[in-house]
Amino acid sequence: MTSPLEQKKIRIAGPSVVTANRTWDGIVVYRTAAKSWSAELSEAAIVRNSDEARALLAEAVADDVGAIGPYIAPVQIGDDGKVLPGNLREQIRRTGVTIGQPAQV
Amino acid sequence: MYAYDEIDRTLVNERVSEFRDQVKRRLSGELTEDEFKILRLQNGVYLQLHAYMFRVAIPYGTLATNQMRALAHVARKYDRGYGHFTTRQNIQFNWIKLAELPDALEDLAKVGIHAMQTSGNNMRNVTSDQWAGVAPGEIEDPRIWSELIRQHTTLHPEFSFLPRKFKIAITASDHDRAAIKIHDIGLRLIKNEKGETGFEVLVGGGLGRTPFIAKTIKHFVHGRDILSYIEAILRVYNQYGRRDNIYKARIKILVHELGIEKFSREVEDEWQHIRNSSLQIDEEVIEDIRSRFTYPAYEKLPHMPDELRQAAADPDFEAWRKNSVAPHKVQGYSIVTISLKPTGGPPGDATAEQMDALADLADKYSFGEIRVGHEQNLALPHVAKRDLPALWKALDKLGLATPNVNLITDIIACPGLDYCSLANARSIPIAQELTRRFANHELANLIGRLHINISGCINACGHHHVGHIGILGVEKNGEEVYQITIGGRADENAALGTLIGPGVKFDEVADVVEDIVEAYLALRERPEELFMDTVKRLGVEPFKERVYATR
Ligand code: HEM
Ligand code: SF4
Repeated sequence: MTSPLEQKKIRIAGPSVVTANRTWDGIVVYRTAAKSWSAELSEAAIVRNSDEARALLAEAVADDVGAIGPYIAPVQIGDDGKVLPGNLREQIRRTGVTIGQPAQV
Repeated sequence: MYAYDEIDRTLVNERVSEFRDQVKRRLSGELTEDEFKILRLQNGVYLQLHAYMFRVAIPYGTLATNQMRALAHVARKYDRGYGHFTTRQNIQFNWIKLAELPDALEDLAKVGIHAMQTSGNNMRNVTSDQWAGVAPGEIEDPRIWSELIRQHTTLHPEFSFLPRKFKIAITASDHDRAAIKIHDIGLRLIKNEKGETGFEVLVGGGLGRTPFIAKTIKHFVHGRDILSYIEAILRVYNQYGRRDNIYKARIKILVHELGIEKFSREVEDEWQHIRNSSLQIDEEVIEDIRSRFTYPAYEKLPHMPDELRQAAADPDFEAWRKNSVAPHKVQGYSIVTISLKPTGGPPGDATAEQMDALADLADKYSFGEIRVGHEQNLALPHVAKRDLPALWKALDKLGLATPNVNLITDIIACPGLDYCSLANARSIPIAQELTRRFANHELANLIGRLHINISGCINACGHHHVGHIGILGVEKNGEEVYQITIGGRADENAALGTLIGPGVKFDEVADVVEDIVEAYLALRERPEELFMDTVKRLGVEPFKERVYATR
């Protein structure tokens, strides 16, 4: 995984969010505009330029008790304004494994 | 089975309470993730895409039934009802919550299971042949030596902070089921002309970004000297090993750069200094370990019981028996491999219900013992032949009698992009599609022994380099692309596969594999010529032509 520090050098190419895994249970979460974390991508703060992205990431990194391994991930915004994951990896992180699980509980 | 002593139990329990305290301090913010990461890795806890992943060691692949039930319990109580058996005699749970991990560890500790040596830059759990102690013709049970090395290296300072992780595997049979040639150190138990037990020592194997097949560093090291010899290797490695570059820090790179001759001279020098030290093993120490491995009270049974003779009339039973049942060192008994590769299922996964049911079957038919092998299958090591038909029926009910052991659908695959945060591409759905394509058992049998290995990135957890057909997922312009190699193998004649051409897309992989298999069926000289032999005879060209002619 790219470390947040390395990512600081990266310029974002389009709308993006900051995502991480929640510390106590590990689930996928997104940084919200309210300086908190949410399991819903629709509640993520959307950043549109590199300065915004860096600022949001810095704030997320500082909240180390809330979530771990934060990084910037691309999203796509649909015509209806709906936020969708920007690549396959993020899609799998959001919706779960693509394969069905042997035992659903 | 092996009986742990008081020291081991105390150590395991101490580790649990220590980790409970660490988790508490992490959750309160007293420890940062940076500080905590090394601590969680020491306890087998990784971060994956969706959650924490928890890796538990199954030393030399031997499980008692109460231990299997404890794994089922962890799957059910703390995870989503299943676990994943890996290629290094571990089991992984994919959905564990950090806050509950200390409880899970504690439940496992009650049956002597722990997660030490499953992650981090230390000596990993020493793996062994899953048929250890029961394979006919074996020189001695290799687990005795695995255990000796485990005891010596667990938490030993010299082995806890290595430049990178370090893996050892041991075999004691002519046919290598432990894949020793792709380990940092591979040990082959042998006897010298005087009849003394010792090891052929191989060094510098490994896959990943820069794959190497291990080379023999010494043809015979006496058993009593094995710890000092391993320590000599580690000292040379610690002295030279490149801590500055994570990709170059494995011993395989060092052996390659120094050359095996120079490397072995350095080891020899070091060894002469330490071989007569306290590292020399007393025969009593080995005897003590030997005495802790107990074997069942086998009965005197006929080679061909009536039950087996009658069942042979059932073609479904015979199909399963031919692929899953292997000879045992004791007459009247068999080793039964249990396929965790059902058609359409993820390779290596088992549900809590299957684990519990298997534990019951092992109690009934295998003296309470289960084994885990590197092919991501399980085995029952001591099944009386007369019980085979009944066992088969029971396994079939559980979905555990797929008759495909060692066939094309007995696929090794890493978790890939469905679980792993390092992945470039998915592995499991490729495996699932292939098991559907080749679900016809007659076709699979016609093809014969053919191993497919799939990894979702260059770390090669699915051992794709040594698959007869190897599939490596990479990413190209945001798309999953798969590179296909053929001609690799992981056994005593280990070899790395050769790339057949440009990568292919996700949807095309199964078609390409079908093309390769069709080419093989047309090209082989006789049905007994295995895929890898045809590739060896003809090279990759004819396969390449077949695959790319129409693409
Ligand atoms: C999903 C979480 C996993 C992660 C993050 C992970 C990570 C890695 C990494 C980084 C390496 C390369 C290390 C190196 O070359 O120094 C590696 C190697 C390896 N992994 Fe995994 N792995 C995972 C799961 C698995 C699973 C499920 C298996 C078994 C099916 C496995 C088996 C192996 C093996 C056998 C190697 C050694 C390959 C070699 O000889 O170099 N890993 N793993
Ligand atoms: S090979 Fe790569 S994708 Fe597969 S488990 Fe290993 S690190 Fe993950």
